[in-house]
Amino acid sequence: MKERHYSHLTISLIAIGLSFIIASVVMLLTGINPLNFFIAIIRTMTGINLRTMDFNPRLIGEFIQISMPMVLSGLAVGFAFRTGLFNIGAEGQVIMGSLGAIVIGILLDLPGLIHLPLAIIVAGIFGGIWASVPGILKAKFGIHEVVITIMLNYTAMYLSAWALKLLPGSDNQKTINLPASALLRSDFLRSITNNSRLHWGFLIVIAALVIYWFVIEKTVFGYELRSVGFNRHASEFAGMKVSSRIIYSMVISGVFAGLAGAMLSLGTFDYGRVLYSFENYGFNGIAVALLGGNTALGILLAGLLYGALQSSQAMMQAQGIPLEIAVIVSGLIILFVAMQHGIRMFLDHRSAKRREAAHVTRAD
Amino acid sequence: MKRYLALLLVVILFAVSCTPAGTAEDHIGGADPEAPKVKLGLVTDTGGIDDKSFNQGTWEGLVAYKVGAKLEEENVKFLQSTSDADYIPNLTTLAEEGMDLVVAPGFLFEDAIKQFSTDFPEQKILFIDAAVDAPNVMNAVFAEHEGSYLVGVAAALKAQEAGKNKVGFIGGADFELIQKFEAGFEQGVKAIAPEMEIVIQYATAFDKPEEGQTLASKMYDDGVYVIYHAAGGTGNGAIKEAKDRRENEEDVWIIGVDKDQYEDGIYSGGDVESAILTSMIKRVDLAAYRAAQAVADGTFEGGTVEYKIKDEGVGIPAENPNLTDEWVNTINEYKDKIAGGEITVDPVPSRVK
Repeated sequence: MKERHYSHLTISLIAIGLSFIIASVVMLLTGINPLNFFIAIIRTMTGINLRTMDFNPRLIGEFIQISMPMVLSGLAVGFAFRTGLFNIGAEGQVIMGSLGAIVIGILLDLPGLIHLPLAIIVAGIFGGIWASVPGILKAKFGIHEVVITIMLNYTAMYLSAWALKLLPGSDNQKTINLPASALLRSDFLRSITNNSRLHWGFLIVIAALVIYWFVIEKTVFGYELRSVGFNRHASEFAGMKVSSRIIYSMVISGVFAGLAGAMLSLGTFDYGRVLYSFENYGFNGIAVALLGGNTALGILLAGLLYGALQSSQAMMQAQGIPLEIAVIVSGLIILFVAMQHGIRMFLDHRSAKRREAAHVTRAD
Repeated sequence: MKRYLALLLVVILFAVSCTPAGTAEDHIGGADPEAPKVKLGLVTDTGGIDDKSFNQGTWEGLVAYKVGAKLEEENVKFLQSTSDADYIPNLTTLAEEGMDLVVAPGFLFEDAIKQFSTDFPEQKILFIDAAVDAPNVMNAVFAEHEGSYLVGVAAALKAQEAGKNKVGFIGGADFELIQKFEAGFEQGVKAIAPEMEIVIQYATAFDKPEEGQTLASKMYDDGVYVIYHAAGGTGNGAIKEAKDRRENEEDVWIIGVDKDQYEDGIYSGGDVESAILTSMIKRVDLAAYRAAQAVADGTFEGGTVEYKIKDEGVGIPAENPNLTDEWVNTINEYKDKIAGGEITVDPVPSRVK
């Protein structure tokens, strides 16, 4: 008899469903109507208020805008995962990418056709260079990337805060506003979405998704990366250049994270912010990649889910649901996704039992 | 297993059907149709609604108005921000929900308010702690340097009594607004004890209690007797350090900021109840209350209102269990002099000049 196979999608959906059920229980226990929660999420994602049937395109625009850096940092973490690397440093790479974009935006005075692409490319390069450090240390000296990437997050945060304050015109909180030529912002997108902050970054996200899918699934290079991820020693034995693959994987991962940083500094905001605490875009990327099973499509969907949870916070609070509940649900999703293996085991165990029962009946 | 799931489902469905489905948004509440029932909304910065500082203070002002004017519970609400990317969507959500007044406490909102006030030119906005020039924005700023002068006087008097010659200041981040606190404190201390040494330290942010505790610990180790913190959540760490030390029978003090922080300084096993010597109160609640009233009265207008010592906009608490009556009298003398214009407090610290 054939072993029944549960797809990653099924498992993820079960994980999300379970977390929503638990969240509903939490809401009921605290005297909140869970219906408001789901209405708020649907309103955030579709712009439609189910109660009044009002439609507000701003909500869709905001939802997509908030999801964009989540998807990109998810791609960053996912890409490294496929090569068996745990890139906890996406947070720092996002920060560095954001810094790179700001530096180009403020220091150079160029026409928009060159300025914006250059700022985005430099953001990617900054992220990539930052990620190459743990990549090289891992490949050449076998130092575990988790330790290095965690430490580099803090280095990136303080380095960026220091560098941003050095830029001309900066104060202790932020830089001057970037010139319009370097911004992803678009009055057109703003106007069709009722003044949301939706910007051209979604084109970059789509391109990044396609590139991710193509490189991982359709190229020899991607095959080698995955092979290193499955079994480093076997890959080496088969003649692959394992250390260079590790470095490349980290660098590409960092480029995705750097682009996420560009989304923030050129799209969401129009100035650089001197921050001394993490904003968790990179850390959310870990959850997004896990939830999305490290595939391009999965990461897109998971990123959108995270973006929806994030951007529905305003709507939920306006409905009387405390901010904490939205955060609890996000936490529950990660928890259940981390338990994926357990869910799979439980399902397999159950179907095995059924088969057994079927055998017994047939024998009778 | 299935049974439990089914039970769970039943419980959920039952509860869902029992709870009232949302709130009637077009509800015209209140017994008195003469007084317009306004809807009030607050957006907090990342410090959260219970920051024991200006988010909480502003909210208390709105709640006080709600109670006084008998507004419906759901017509006065707050949205908390988890990052500064949330400011604009949160403000916009409140505007779209039809709030008559949207309040944003904290200079961090400056860029968001600029954008928001142009996107919603009809929306009445109260902006606290900084100023945005727009016809629909009422700005409330405070003379923090004047209030800080008074706690500087208190710190110097206390230190003199104990025969100590060092006091300290911890700021949340080094920029103009917080420098006003520093400047006032400095001048207040010097007014009593011109020779007294003032140690100045700045943290990197307002939400890092551990950093506040480290800074306070270093200061106390260096012989600082009283610390004045203007550091929000970061300052809570400094308060904790003062409490810990007092519990270990070390004689050190801390001065609170924004609200009366006396209760936050309460510890056990000492000869006094709280480690808070006094607090520099900033009446953000007053600003919020008055703005709400102005909206209801139809007298709301854009522009900047400065809350000074003479308007009771800044000052020390009415009750100061850790100050002697004599000291309170001295402080009140200075207060009157500042209010009367006899003393002018400079908002720029000597260090910066």
